[in-house]
Amino acid sequence: MADTLQLQVATPERQLIDEPVTAVEIPGRDGYLGILPDHAPLLGQLGAGVLSFSSSSTSNGDRVLAVDGGFIEVMDNHVRVLAEHAEFGRDINVEEARRRLTEAQEAVERQPPVDNIDEALAQMLAAQARVDAAEQLLD
Amino acid sequence: MPSLIDIRRRIRSVKNMQQITKAMKMVSAAKLRRAQERAIAARPYGTSLDRMLANVAAAASANEEVSQPLLAVREEKSVQLVVVTSDPGLAGAFNANILRMAQKFIDDNAGKKIHVEAIGRKGRDYFRRRGVELSGVHIGIVDKPSYDTARKIADKLIERYSKAEVDAVYICVNEFKNVMAPNLALRRILPVTVPESAQNLDYIYEEPPQELLSALLPRYVEVQLYRALLESNSAEHAARMTAMDAASSNAGDVIDTLTLNMNRVRQAKITREIIEIVGGAAAL
Repeated sequence: MADTLQLQVATPERQLIDEPVTAVEIPGRDGYLGILPDHAPLLGQLGAGVLSFSSSSTSNGDRVLAVDGGFIEVMDNHVRVLAEHAEFGRDINVEEARRRLTEAQEAVERQPPVDNIDEALAQMLAAQARVDAAEQLLD
Repeated sequence: MPSLIDIRRRIRSVKNMQQITKAMKMVSAAKLRRAQERAIAARPYGTSLDRMLANVAAAASANEEVSQPLLAVREEKSVQLVVVTSDPGLAGAFNANILRMAQKFIDDNAGKKIHVEAIGRKGRDYFRRRGVELSGVHIGIVDKPSYDTARKIADKLIERYSKAEVDAVYICVNEFKNVMAPNLALRRILPVTVPESAQNLDYIYEEPPQELLSALLPRYVEVQLYRALLESNSAEHAARMTAMDAASSNAGDVIDTLTLNMNRVRQAKITREIIEIVGGAAAL
């Protein structure tokens, strides 16, 4: 019985996290997944949202990330998150994130609807994720 | 015999050139290191994606017939060739090597319709000079390639392939092995060749494997293209470094020869003057 699992978060450009954690919460495409050590192998798609984890070694500010689009793999106590975009909560400017969210919301609600409504929706969700990640650190 | 002053002038001009080539070598060495760092940083994502794709593809084909447009192999009547070169020259045989390989590919497939997508200024110039029609040109992206640009190009290729405008997509790129040896590669990126999986695990699938596969395949193509751009960028700087090193040492050789020459001319001049003085003295 292992008591930690290795969390790896990577974007195509770089790896953001590679460290042992005790629990991790990942935004799946169809809802949040909580992963604890000794989880069964799992493959799924990543949605837009806030990825957070508990660990003994990292400071609070490093444990929250906004992620968007990609894949999740759980295997042998390794959690690999391949995200298209990932950003640490502490690196996000709340004001700027809120402004972008408002812009994205306006784009979705515009009449007549924009041509690529799916893309606009995805952008809104990604913006929402960034705001959420940044705000979690404010409390 | 050139005059002393001419030789001195030439030495000074060669020295200036040597300074420039030396500086370019240093700059390339620094850029090479950064390019390699980027390539290494991109590795974890790529390897994980390879493994995931292998597993998902195996799981998807185990249950049912796989009908993925990006896996469909068609007879190659019309082929897309992506040629990755550099923007600036002065990189030794770097661009010439790639373009020769690309030209050979075009000649070997004379019966097929070839569409060329040029990434990098040198490739564009080459094909334009030869009157080859280009399906697309991308300039100013090969230095510090970002994933977003790689993605845009890959998405265009994927679209052309899915619409059956082309039956296969090949990429012609200089990969980085080490500083000395260029390593040319011609790869087929579409239809996708699924990597072999080392282990087959019984995963819990959050989504049906087919659906996951449809999401994974385009990403895989994008990552392959991104990787090619990073590799090419490293190889370019390595080639430039080697070329500039050779140029600097050649300039050194030229300076040595010229200096020797200059000394000889000076010696001859002095000797001549002494003979004149001695001759003049004897005449008295």
